[in-house]
Amino acid sequence: MSAVAGRFDELQKLGVEVLSVSTDSTFVHKIWEEEELSKMTKDGIPWPMVADGAGNLGKVYGVYDEGNGVNIRGRFLIDPDGVVQAMEVMTPPVGRKIEETIRQVHAFQHVRKTKGAEACPAGWEPGKKTLKPGPDLVGKVWKKWQPE
Amino acid sequence: MPDEPVGCARPTGKVVGEIAENEDRLESDPGVGGKSMIMVRVGGKAPDFEAPAYHKGKFINVKLSDYSGKWVLLCFYPGDFTFV
Repeated sequence: MSAVAGRFDELQKLGVEVLSVSTDSTFVHKIWEEEELSKMTKDGIPWPMVADGAGNLGKVYGVYDEGNGVNIRGRFLIDPDGVVQAMEVMTPPVGRKIEETIRQVHAFQHVRKTKGAEACPAGWEPGKKTLKPGPDLVGKVWKKWQPE
Repeated sequence: MPDEPVGCARPTGKVVGEIAENEDRLESDPGVGGKSMIMVRVGGKAPDFEAPAYHKGKFINVKLSDYSGKWVLLCFYPGDFTFV
């Protein structure tokens, strides 16, 4: 979470709001933020830290581990229409990489801006070439784009 | 996001909208097993929810649908005070 906090300003500039969710209570969130996270980040945790004690949210998002009573690591990117555009679910011992999330935000925002007329190929980053799907591109992607 | 009165209970989040209604129906139907209905897939609507939250020194209530019109990064993680 502290890694996301470090890039919060950048996410805000991209118009992205953040919500974090665990099965801990709001009281535990408060003390964790005050005692630890605030010492790992510039301004503490700037977004709402949501309490999902019963795992109700985790269950519908497919990340609730009933045996252990916790939500596993799951990241969902939701667009302005409330549609889930991307998700990444991982077991606890490995953390996420915020740079990849930010890359996906750029890519999905680009696709949205073009109303789906352009697509972002593998490894796409802002400034790199996009593809324009259509009859002329069928079987001809190799002319326009090659893997790095 | 108004301040919530702080009681001694340990409030939790709940799903709202159509999915919540579906879930109630399923739970009352013994023919359908498993309460943990996964309702999320890419390209589909994010299930709406309402839940208590801690935000910058205050206890508030958040509702996902209040963020309509904005991009939202929703991050689940195993627990506070864990190590990764």
